[in-house]
Amino acid sequence: MTLRLTTFAAPSRFYAAAGLLVPWCWAATLLFGLAGLTVGFAVAPTDFQQGEAYRIIFIHVPAAWLSMLIYLVMAFWAALGWMLNARMAAMYARALAPTGALFTLIALWTGALWGKPTWGTWWVWDARLTSEFILLLMYGGYIALTEAIDDPRRAANAGALLALVGVVNVPIIYFSVRWWNTLHQGSSISLTAAPRMASTMLTAMLLMTLSFWAYSFAVALMRARAIVLEQEADTDWVRQQARREDR
Amino acid sequence: MITLLLAVARRDLLLARRRRIEALLPLGFFIVAAALFPIGVGPEPQTLRQIGPGVVWVDALLAAMLSVTQMFASDHADGSLEQMLLAPQPLVALVGGKVLAHWLSTGLPLVLASPLIGLLFNLPAPAITMLVLTLALGTPILSLLGAVGAALTLGLRSGAALVFLLVLPLTVPALIFGTGAVVALDSGLPGQAQAHLSLLGALLILTLLGAPPAAAAALRISLD
Repeated sequence: MTLRLTTFAAPSRFYAAAGLLVPWCWAATLLFGLAGLTVGFAVAPTDFQQGEAYRIIFIHVPAAWLSMLIYLVMAFWAALGWMLNARMAAMYARALAPTGALFTLIALWTGALWGKPTWGTWWVWDARLTSEFILLLMYGGYIALTEAIDDPRRAANAGALLALVGVVNVPIIYFSVRWWNTLHQGSSISLTAAPRMASTMLTAMLLMTLSFWAYSFAVALMRARAIVLEQEADTDWVRQQARREDR
Repeated sequence: MITLLLAVARRDLLLARRRRIEALLPLGFFIVAAALFPIGVGPEPQTLRQIGPGVVWVDALLAAMLSVTQMFASDHADGSLEQMLLAPQPLVALVGGKVLAHWLSTGLPLVLASPLIGLLFNLPAPAITMLVLTLALGTPILSLLGAVGAALTLGLRSGAALVFLLVLPLTVPALIFGTGAVVALDSGLPGQAQAHLSLLGALLILTLLGAPPAAAAALRISLD
C-alpha cells in the first residue's frame, strides 16, 4: 500500500491508524507532563514579585495557547471537510471542539485562581479575559449547532461555516492585547523580543505545552474514532470490527 | 441584481405590513426591556446616565436576535425559499433584500425609538444624538450577522435559542464601539467618540461585504 496524503481520509484506515497512535500520545502526555511539572514546581525559581503563586503559569499559559490554536485547527479541518467534501476532516473537526472548550475553561479557571492572589480579584473585564470568555462561548455555539442538527453532513458544513466566521474573532483576541491597555500584564512570551523569563520557567512552560498538545491529539483521536464508528455504523468494516473486538 | 434585491425587500416589507402587530413586536420588547432597568437598578439619575448607553445597546442586540429567526422561517415553512434557491439569480441578492427588509421593519424602529429611551435614562442631548447615530450604524450589522445565524439554524427545533448563542458573541465588537462612542462623548472626549464611530462604520462595511455571502452559503447548506 502506498501512502498518500489522502490515505487516511478513508474512515476505516483512519480508525486503524488512530488506534495505533493513541497509546503513544498518552505516553507523551504523561512523560512531558511529569517533566514539565517537575521543572515547573521543583526546579524553577520563586518569582520575587508574585512568590509561589506565579507557578500556575505553567498550566494557565499552555492552556490558553492551545485554546486558541485548537480553534484554528478545528476551523481548518472543518473548512477542508466542507470544501473538499472530506468526511473524515469534518469528523476530526467535531472531535476537536470539546477539547478546545476544555482548554478555554481551564485557562479561564486558572486565570481566576492566579488573579486572586496577584490582583486581589477573581475576574476583571479586561480585553484578554473577555476575549477568552467569548472564545468559550464560540466553542459552545459550535458544539450546540453541530449537536442540534441531526443530518451529519449538514451539521459538519454548518459548523464549518460558523467556525470560519468565528476565526475572524481569533485575530481580535490576539490584537486585543494592544487595543486596550488594562491591568493585565503584557504577553509573557514574544517571538521578537528576547524572553525576560528565567530559562527554566520557559522550559517548564514548553514541556507543559507539549504535554497538553499530546493530550489533545490523544483525546481528539479517540473521540474521532468514536464518531467514525457512530457515523459508519451500517458499513461492513465496522461490523467486522465489532465482531473482531467481541472475540 | 439590485432590482432583485429591491423586489425581495419590497415583498418582505409588504408581508410585514400585512402583519403589523407582529412586525412591531421587537420594538415592544425593546421598550419594555429598557423600561425594566430603571425599576431594577433604581431611579438614581447619575447611575441611569452611566448605564444608559450600554443598556440601550444590549437591548437592541436582544431585540434584533429575537426577530431575526423570522427572516427565513415563513418562506422556509411554505416552501417558497426552496424555489428562490432554484432561481438563476444570485442568492446574495436575495439575502441582501431580506436583510434590508428586516432592518427597515425592525432595526429602523429601534433607532427611531432610541432617543425616547435615552431620555428615560437621563442622557443629555449630544449623547442621545450619538446614541442614535451609533444605533443607525450598528443595527444593520445586527441584521446582517443575524441573517447568517438564522440561515444556519433554519428549521431546527431549538433554532431561536441557538441564534442567540451563535450570533451574540460575534456582535461584541459592535457593542464595544457603539457604547464606547456614546460613553466617550458623554465624558467629554469627542475625538475618541469619533474614533469609535469610525471603527463602527468600518465594521459595518466589513459585515456588509462578508455576511451576505456567508448567509447565502449557510442557506445552501441548510437546504441541501
